[in-house]
Amino acid sequence: MIVGEQKPLNEIVAMLDGHHRILISGCRSCVAICLAGGEKEVGVLAESLRLHSALKGKGWEVRENTVERQCEKEWVRELSPLVKETDVVLSIACGVGAQTIQSLYPDTRVLPGLNTSNMGAPDEPGVFKEKCGGCGDCVLHLTGGICPIVRCAKSLLNGPCGGSQNGKCEIGNDTPCAWEEIYQSLKRLGRLDLIERNIPPKNWIPSRSGGPRRIIRPEAVLTKEQKEAKE
Amino acid sequence: MRAGSALEKALAKGRFAVTAEIGPPMSASADGIRERARMMKGYADAYNLTDNQTAMSRMSSIACAVVLMHEGLEPVVQMTCRDRNRIAMQSDILGASALGVRNVLCLSGDHQSFGNQKEAKNVYDIDSIQLLMVLHKMRDQGRLWNDDELEVAPKLFLGAAANPFADPFEFRVTRLAKKIEAGADFIQTQGIYDLERFERFMTMVRERGLHERVSILAGVLPLKSHKVALYMKNKVSGMSVPDEVIERMRKASDPKAEGIRMCVETIERLREIEGVRGVHIMAPMWEEKVPEIVERAGLRVD
Repeated sequence: MIVGEQKPLNEIVAMLDGHHRILISGCRSCVAICLAGGEKEVGVLAESLRLHSALKGKGWEVRENTVERQCEKEWVRELSPLVKETDVVLSIACGVGAQTIQSLYPDTRVLPGLNTSNMGAPDEPGVFKEKCGGCGDCVLHLTGGICPIVRCAKSLLNGPCGGSQNGKCEIGNDTPCAWEEIYQSLKRLGRLDLIERNIPPKNWIPSRSGGPRRIIRPEAVLTKEQKEAKE
Repeated sequence: MRAGSALEKALAKGRFAVTAEIGPPMSASADGIRERARMMKGYADAYNLTDNQTAMSRMSSIACAVVLMHEGLEPVVQMTCRDRNRIAMQSDILGASALGVRNVLCLSGDHQSFGNQKEAKNVYDIDSIQLLMVLHKMRDQGRLWNDDELEVAPKLFLGAAANPFADPFEFRVTRLAKKIEAGADFIQTQGIYDLERFERFMTMVRERGLHERVSILAGVLPLKSHKVALYMKNKVSGMSVPDEVIERMRKASDPKAEGIRMCVETIERLREIEGVRGVHIMAPMWEEKVPEIVERAGLRVD
């Protein structure tokens, strides 16, 4: 899932300066699960903004909406009547959601109320940890199911570096050493042979270094006729 | 001979080798480096120049290496994977070799969170083992990593680090083997205070015959005070400082003299360990003590 957290209220308030009719838009997917941008958080943020408006005499009119998945146009189209009556949309979904709204409503300003952080998972209730770097060339089969790209602070492919001690990473903050975890995992699995071999320099083209990534599923792409029929 | 460096020649002869570390200055003047070069000349076979150590911007190790060569000292250029991608590193290696650099030490590098610009983005396009693979290919095949042919291949004696005090302990020897496989000719270890653990490490190294495939230089780091020892024990990842070392420093009437004495004793013990072919002396901000340590330990260079 995509993990994010809301921007501080003072930053959100500063972004809204000059606007009056505000639509807060949340998402019921990832950001709802990480307690940052679901229906409940939309409600809390709306109340905070109304309070701020009343205290500071801003005269804001704050509306609330939460869509099923803000990253899909089909769901975001539902916002159309609401967007027509507002002059700014404050998205508290991930950056993908905010951009989907902006692409569908190019004449209305869309603001990010959330900082999108990573692809992760809750390790325990309330603790969300980054798990995948989306590098486009997965190596989990070689590393005992633990990603060295994001879980190692240096993205080492032949780790652990000399800063690994007592299972912890040299950067501190109680960060586990991913390579200690990889080592223990492979030892458990009886596959330490996998890290005896050197992994050569990685191809980063499938990662960010290849520019914005695009994946096409030919079977789902509509023909010209199908597109016309749909419109 | 891989590169014909003085360090390589000393090791080839079987003489116990000495390297020492010099930290480049946070300065656009090379005067400080020149001064230390003159002070340390004749006391080591080669001198390591750190690469933006602890992630702080300093004079480049290659630039400092040139200054050292002008003074008649042989440099070991340290190169970390934190700040440059494979394109920049291969380019810098061609330049360094053209300028006469013959020893390179391939490192991951300290994470930028230790530095003075923590907000910087790290690179880590390749890791230290992959850097060895790349430089090994440049030297032995005369090709860049992508196979493009070089007009002239760089002459390099390739070094890597080993840390017997980091975890998981059993994997440290395997990692050393991986570095040899990737092309390492010599190894410089983390500073040694825990001789017992280092001896266990060397036993495992010998069991795999690795000491015959690579020249291991054991690292030493003289202590200035028991506080420094405590700091290293508690705050520096991958360091092992036994309590008796800290106690000895605490009880010393002249801690600095005790630190030097202990360093000399450590070198004497390291010389007795089969497979240790030299010593690497790291005395950051205390380089003036290197000649004394070398003399008292009875080491000599050509």
